[in-house]
Amino acid sequence: MSELLTAARPRLDGTFLERIGLGNIALVIFLVIYPAVASEFFIVQIGAYSLIWGMLALSLMILAGYGGMVSMAQISIAGVAGYTVAIFGMNHTGVHGFGWPFWILVPFAVLLAALVAGLIGLISNRTEGIYTIMITLAVATGFFYFTQQNYALFNGHSGFAGIEAPKFWGINWRAPVPFYYLCLGCAVLSYAAVLYASRSAYGLTLQAVRDNARRMRALGYDVTRHKVVAYFYSGLIAGLGGVLLVWFNGRISPGTIDVSAAINVLVIAVIGGMRHPIGPFLGAVVVVLIQTFAIDVVGAERYNTLIGLVFLLIVFASPDGILGLWEKAKLRAPREQVFQLDPLRAGVMSITNRRKRNI
Amino acid sequence: MRSKINYALALAGMLMAPAMASAQDTMKIGVLATFEGAFTVLGEDGMRGAMTAVDEFHGMVGGKKIEIIKGSSDASPDSAVRAARKLVEQDGVKVLVGPLSGDEGLAIKDYAKTKPDVTFLNGSSAAQDTTLRDPAPNFFRFSTDGAQWMAGLGNYVYKEKGYKRVATVAEDYSFPYTQVFGFMAEFCKAGGHVPAKAWVPIGTKDYSSVIAAIPEDVDAIYVALGGADAVNFLTQYEQAGGKAPLIGGSITVDQTVLTSKGKIHDVLIGTPSAGPTADSNPSPEWKAFVAAYKKQPGAFPVPSLFAHAYYVNMKAALLGLQQVGDDVSDGGAKLRAALSKLVFETPTGKVSLDENRNAIADIFLTEVVKLPDGTLFNKLIKVTPQVNQTLGIPRDEFLKLGKVGRENPSCP
Repeated sequence: MSELLTAARPRLDGTFLERIGLGNIALVIFLVIYPAVASEFFIVQIGAYSLIWGMLALSLMILAGYGGMVSMAQISIAGVAGYTVAIFGMNHTGVHGFGWPFWILVPFAVLLAALVAGLIGLISNRTEGIYTIMITLAVATGFFYFTQQNYALFNGHSGFAGIEAPKFWGINWRAPVPFYYLCLGCAVLSYAAVLYASRSAYGLTLQAVRDNARRMRALGYDVTRHKVVAYFYSGLIAGLGGVLLVWFNGRISPGTIDVSAAINVLVIAVIGGMRHPIGPFLGAVVVVLIQTFAIDVVGAERYNTLIGLVFLLIVFASPDGILGLWEKAKLRAPREQVFQLDPLRAGVMSITNRRKRNI
Repeated sequence: MRSKINYALALAGMLMAPAMASAQDTMKIGVLATFEGAFTVLGEDGMRGAMTAVDEFHGMVGGKKIEIIKGSSDASPDSAVRAARKLVEQDGVKVLVGPLSGDEGLAIKDYAKTKPDVTFLNGSSAAQDTTLRDPAPNFFRFSTDGAQWMAGLGNYVYKEKGYKRVATVAEDYSFPYTQVFGFMAEFCKAGGHVPAKAWVPIGTKDYSSVIAAIPEDVDAIYVALGGADAVNFLTQYEQAGGKAPLIGGSITVDQTVLTSKGKIHDVLIGTPSAGPTADSNPSPEWKAFVAAYKKQPGAFPVPSLFAHAYYVNMKAALLGLQQVGDDVSDGGAKLRAALSKLVFETPTGKVSLDENRNAIADIFLTEVVKLPDGTLFNKLIKVTPQVNQTLGIPRDEFLKLGKVGRENPSCP
């Protein structure tokens, strides 16, 4: 518990730059200048696409990493936001398309997605572990088939096409570089929000609920509400990711949110690691790169096998994904350095260690 | 962190390098097909068709070596566009052949509009609006669409078979819509009625409710389902004691269904169908094509219509490139001008394009017969020569029939 409190106390010592951390600053600089060095394909199809999937996986990481709830329905929540944009915004499919301006549409879509996420949280609240996975998977599958067969609202198998990102301030936000910065902005915002929330009283309570829900209930905390609110927050991020995804593709159909997409979210989060919000983004970059280029390496017939093998290798080498490899490398370094680098992460690690001891 | 960034940069550099080294002595052609998901087998056969055309040119066009770069989709429009983007924007292909299925075709058409310098040729996708309404100026379809494939079938079943009332069962997406449209356009005009249409999601396993909803008094059932869906439906229909004869869509009674085991054999005998190819086509060109196709690894005994469509489109691309001497430095304008005027003989007869760059070609009416050794086989009944996309109806009138869909056309 004492370690936990150390982490909870806001660290006011050190300059502003030190508090943000050198690693984060270097990363931000790299991400900002990335469009200057990369080709258009790498800016959008790899860069922006990874950021979008990173956000979707981040929404899962909040639930799984801090709340201990593995939800397979995050892609459905993104789908709710995406379909909302298609139905209430503009599309050229000729079904619905109410043409709301984006500044009403986007908050509405994200909020709706978050409310749906909260609802899913309420439904799955009584379950734990594998049963949460099952019930959220059922929700995801159900939503997929519903969109596939409902024509009145979701336009069935064809879905909606011709959905355009807004143009304002004289910028077409779907042009490669602006779209990349839009995704980067949203991703950084989500990342910072998660990082901040994880250090807040709420975030720490959620982590405590994950570690021992019964004790927290005995202490007088409303465990159910904490979990549902976590779903709501994760829904905000998944919804934002869903809006970006539908702008990225310019279309949405049941194929966008099918079960393989739901599994993709989980794979990205697992590959990246769920201890720190950077994990999902690392995972997204790796997964997107492999899925895009595996076909060049082994040819069209067997490239899915290669993708599977790489995933297997990463998980085999490190159960905590890429983040785990990173931690391992860091542990080999002198011990004081670990704490100098990032006191927070040490705190999170100790929580995880405590949890392992409990098991 | 820095070492990781360096590593990432090195990786990115490695991956970008092939695209930067634009080779002068090879002609890059992208082929987009389904190498994953439910349509994998079909996509692989499409690829065999494309490679048959490449081999026919001995791997060379206009003095350059042909370099085929494959892209894979899982038949969803999203994945098709993503794979196409990779081929165009990363690998730098100026000519792309594909995709395989209907909704993918519609999505690739939209994408083609954003890349006016790249020339797109269809694979085997056969939705009507890929070329009929709002076409892309750089998208060419040397294969025919799903409505064209039905040419001759409606009249044949009405006049020769005497079916007056027909129910339809079809998968719920753009290609079967187009097929049902093509069948009904002729059948309803001849005087037939379609009192009930059932649309089922791809991959449906249980057809009991669909079968129960088929009216008692229909003379036949028109089935436009593919692969496992067709087998499941036919098996369950037979088990439910269904007696009505069947009419097949273009991919319903192909070899994948005809070679399946069980009692559905007896149900299938005598089923009329129509499509862009006929297994028993006696023409020497077709026989030569079958022989060439069979040299591809893993080939079926007879090329599927997917292999045929990819072959025709790839051959058109190569003929066009040959005419312009591989010169696509002008953003492909010369190539597209050549393609628009291209007329050539395929294994299934002459192919030319209409003003929307959609093929005009021969269509084959077939019927399932049982060979002495017990296997089933599509026998050629009749060839409908040079069917155009508007099925012989003037374009304005045809457009007035409306977009294909669940409700259109209707003649209850």
